[in-house]
Amino acid sequence: MRSRWVNKATALHLGVIAVLFALQFVLPDYHHVNLARVMVLASFAMGYNIAFGYTGLLSLGHAMFFAAGLYAAGLMALFAGVGAGGGLLLGVIAGLVVAAAVGCLALRTTGVSFMIVTLMFAQAAFLATFYFGEYTRGDEGFVIPSNLRSLFGLSLVEPTTRYFVALTLFSLCMAVSFAIARSSMGRVLAAIRENEERTRMLGYNVFLYKLVALVISGAISGAVGAAYGMLFGYVGATFASIQYSILPLLWVLMGGAATVLGPFVGTLLMFYLVDISSGFTSANMLIVGLALIGLILFFPKGILGTLRERAAPWLP
Amino acid sequence: MLNVENINCFYGRTQVLRDFSLSVEAGRILCVMGRNGAGKTTALKSIMGLVRPRNGRVVINGTDIAALQAEEAPRHGIGYVPQGRRLFSELTVADNLEIGLMARGSGGDVRERALDFFPVLRERLTQRAGTLSGGEQQMLAIARALCLDPTVLLLDEPTEGLMPAMIARIREVVLNLKNQGVAVVLVELRIDAVLQVADQVLFVENGRSRDTVNAATLRESPEMLDRYLGVGH
Repeated sequence: MRSRWVNKATALHLGVIAVLFALQFVLPDYHHVNLARVMVLASFAMGYNIAFGYTGLLSLGHAMFFAAGLYAAGLMALFAGVGAGGGLLLGVIAGLVVAAAVGCLALRTTGVSFMIVTLMFAQAAFLATFYFGEYTRGDEGFVIPSNLRSLFGLSLVEPTTRYFVALTLFSLCMAVSFAIARSSMGRVLAAIRENEERTRMLGYNVFLYKLVALVISGAISGAVGAAYGMLFGYVGATFASIQYSILPLLWVLMGGAATVLGPFVGTLLMFYLVDISSGFTSANMLIVGLALIGLILFFPKGILGTLRERAAPWLP
Repeated sequence: MLNVENINCFYGRTQVLRDFSLSVEAGRILCVMGRNGAGKTTALKSIMGLVRPRNGRVVINGTDIAALQAEEAPRHGIGYVPQGRRLFSELTVADNLEIGLMARGSGGDVRERALDFFPVLRERLTQRAGTLSGGEQQMLAIARALCLDPTVLLLDEPTEGLMPAMIARIREVVLNLKNQGVAVVLVELRIDAVLQVADQVLFVENGRSRDTVNAATLRESPEMLDRYLGVGH
């Protein structure tokens, strides 16, 4: 039965990638750009999901990992002329290093303390973008020159290339997420989320597992940050603000924590909820809030989390 | 096999174990009895390293593990089934067992042996642990500990809240493990259950280990229980 479930799940995820690939040929320009943006942000949410959904680490500092990648790629492009390929690599490294450093300290705490410590680190990083405003240009930010935004000779300014790179990034993050969910490590992470002390009693080094999960999550967030900068061309302090720590949490909760596709569903839903409601009223966040309350009432574990519980236990 | 020698444990400033000692050999069952708050559960936790003794020794197969981290205890052959089962309720039965197996790198044969003790779990492998009945959850908690292939098994009130048929099954399993050479330390409040399985009974009072008495002696002279546990036990 287990292998049948795996086959079903693999088919579903490959199907989602195929549909997203096909959509680029039929979507109007406006939604074409939107969907590319959603895929990039959903990749960020997938990275966040590894820490929060699978391991139970409620971090309020992921904007810092995202911004680490964004600024690593952006500043190196601006001051050293590093292109998109190098920028993406630097983004991964920046996210990984920052997550490892923060994790070593923050993971000595748990629960609310962990939230506060990660938030403090993220706020310090946010303020650092202003402190070093001479280079980062603070709130105003800076634009990455178009000539540096190319990968393997293809310009990322070009919508088709941008969409394809966003889809590739999304597929890679999904593959990592899927592999972790199905792996032995994924089971241990879930066990830690369920009961840390019990997992320790079974002989697992809980600190090490949590650190590895946070580092993977941070590396993905950093990669997405770098990709965002390279694909959309703008680097600014807003991306280091608390808003970008809360958003992935919200996306994951909406879609379903500890599900591979949940972060995508949550991001897509929230993005279009905000987008469509803003067309009707300036108080659109009120509509969004009401819609989210309704969603939580009917899908307490997020859309895919609840679906998995009620009808599709095979969903990873 | 397992020797706990004069350990002292504290919760903050409160001392909960005072010069506590116990000893159990392979293929023997030691029951730990005492009133609520006597320190029985803390004794098991201190063996596991979850409550660190300030002094004294916890020796298993010649190695003192008193100063080790809790996650290292299973590597020395200790399996622990805590009070209240503490399963990974969102994970399936198979995943719960798998986590036990992976912890010591045990093979499929160990899993099969654990499932042989509780055949009903075979039919529940894809079911979430949280949806099992109380008795089945207890079976899974013990089966998961057995996946660690332990030489010493610590059981904290395994029959708590279970119906008689389930208690009989667990008693059978404990006796079976004993026959296979596993040393069992059992914390239990039900005197009838204790007298049916124990080789020895250790009485605990106010954090101190008092006397260790042969279970056969207690079976012959149940009035001795009054001395240790009070009238009406």
